[in-house]
Amino acid sequence: MKEITFLQAINEAVDEEMERDPSVFIIGEDVGKHWGAPFGEFMGLFDKYGPERVRDTPISETAILGGAMGAAITGMRPIASIMFVDFMGVCGDELITHLTKMRYMFGGKIKMPVTIMSYSGAGLSAADSHSKSMYGLFMSIPGLKIVAPSTPYDAKGLLKSAIREDNPVIYLQHKALIFGGLKGEIPEEEYTIPLGKADIKREGSDVTVVAITLMVHRALAAADKLQEKGISIEVIDPRTLVPLDKQAIINSVKKTGKLVIMDEEPKTGSAAGEISAIVAEEAFDHLDAPIKRVCAPDTPIPFSPILEKFWMPDEEKLIKAVTEIM
Amino acid sequence: MAIGKEKLIDMYRVMVRIRTFEERVVKEFAAGHIPGFVHVYSGEEAVATGACANLRTDDYITSTHRGHGHLIAKGGRTDRMMAELYGKKTGYNKGKGGSMHIAEVDIGILGASAIVAAGIPIAGGAALSAKMRGTDQVAVCFFGDGASNTTRFHEGINLASIWKLPIVYVIENNAYAETTPISYAMNIPNIASRAAAYGIPGITIDGNDVLAVYEAVGEAVARARRGEGPSLVECKTCRWHGHYEGDTHTYRTKDEIEECKKRDPIPRFRKRLIEMGVLTEKQADKIDQEVGKEIDEAVKFAEESPLPAPEETLEDVYA
Repeated sequence: MKEITFLQAINEAVDEEMERDPSVFIIGEDVGKHWGAPFGEFMGLFDKYGPERVRDTPISETAILGGAMGAAITGMRPIASIMFVDFMGVCGDELITHLTKMRYMFGGKIKMPVTIMSYSGAGLSAADSHSKSMYGLFMSIPGLKIVAPSTPYDAKGLLKSAIREDNPVIYLQHKALIFGGLKGEIPEEEYTIPLGKADIKREGSDVTVVAITLMVHRALAAADKLQEKGISIEVIDPRTLVPLDKQAIINSVKKTGKLVIMDEEPKTGSAAGEISAIVAEEAFDHLDAPIKRVCAPDTPIPFSPILEKFWMPDEEKLIKAVTEIM
Repeated sequence: MAIGKEKLIDMYRVMVRIRTFEERVVKEFAAGHIPGFVHVYSGEEAVATGACANLRTDDYITSTHRGHGHLIAKGGRTDRMMAELYGKKTGYNKGKGGSMHIAEVDIGILGASAIVAAGIPIAGGAALSAKMRGTDQVAVCFFGDGASNTTRFHEGINLASIWKLPIVYVIENNAYAETTPISYAMNIPNIASRAAAYGIPGITIDGNDVLAVYEAVGEAVARARRGEGPSLVECKTCRWHGHYEGDTHTYRTKDEIEECKKRDPIPRFRKRLIEMGVLTEKQADKIDQEVGKEIDEAVKFAEESPLPAPEETLEDVYA
């Protein structure tokens, strides 16, 4: 095992996949020579693979994602870097009506191996244009797979699988995990993690807490405090929202009888809403308390740190929700 | 211009196939046999035909909501197209795409899109892929005057220009984006003049002269194959029908539509081929009859083909 950062894990995954498969290439803004992407996840790859495979583009999200699609259906395996996930709105039609629909509309005759890599999440006072997560919005797009890792181990193993997928995947890199310098252990040897397999980040018996990316860490911190009060929570990290490992969540609910979902996005239309509905529909008899959603309010994400802190789900809000159903 | 006799005859046949297919689609749609929306290509046949006559099977095209002509010109089969329009299992897309989304990647048809201008970046990506894979394939991207006012026109052509991608933008300027005339939507008379903004060649031609289209697109394709980058060919044409079947067409005068029909590219080309001694009246009539039979059979194939099973709705979302 070796210890690396979240960012290094992402870099290693892309590097290994580019080395393994010459059809993998990166297309996006500022991905190359100077920055290796704004947060540096592609650092060193331009020097190693050159400008043909680490393709800097003008600021042109529709041309980046549209170009990735055209390349993907003609034999390449592009990684489309769309800097901040908020910018997906700029190429929204490419995402919603083409990338994720062409295979289906064409009767299944094409494959669309495109990985979108994008920064998600709040906590850096970047206001609404650079802070969203939009998990629920992405979950509502049939044809898209969604990867949202919380640890260096998951970040690397899932990204390698995403790049090898013959389907479009959006890979969300939580910027607080990058900027926080999160470290973790990974194996020295090559490994992948299949999409659609949740990970129990902490076992517990009283309440199931499903948490996504950064929220996993907040839930783990809350778990220690709740343990002091004698409450044992089980923290489940779905790792991928589509495909969603429903069974892992339901199995946990069968054990605990209680479910709280911690999700950093406005409550309405959130991933938390979808997970709640699944459990209500498929495991209602195992619940002995109402499902709770610890989400953000239905507002844009504010800039000022005091406002943003109020907006984001945190340990205190989770502890309150858990305590309410005990 | 050195074009072989066979090629000229083939171009005539393609134009007649497109027209006959489209006019039959109009009839079958009116009769309620075709669900959804259809946008027909009648009047614009010279553009797709002249452009695609320069392409190899492994070259790429992207198409539009008004795409039947492009597909036929690139080698699409009218029976499988008609079956797709009918929503049948034997259609090119197994009934999942319909008129506006037909694709057949094996012959380079990367799909029609009914979102205006969506093909511009996609065709760019195919051209990028051809370049990265070291082939000399070329992508031809068809779109209209309406698409020329969108974000993708700028982003897509700019990116292709800086990377010198092997792509030809064929603009079908039929003078209307749905109801909106180009004279209202643009402050310039010729869209091709926008090519200067990207440092690429741009030319405006009579889009109802199939040989003019063949020649202009041919030069652009040759340039792309040589690795010299994209070109833009604006083909001025006009559509016989409304934006979609059922369009009341109130934004055009009867005289204007009559004038458009007088510019019909098919009799014009037929006359020229006869003058050139490539075809006799009798031979041309024979082609027309053969095509009529082909389209009758296409309709019969569509009518007799099975519907998809309802459960097929659930297939093909993911690979």
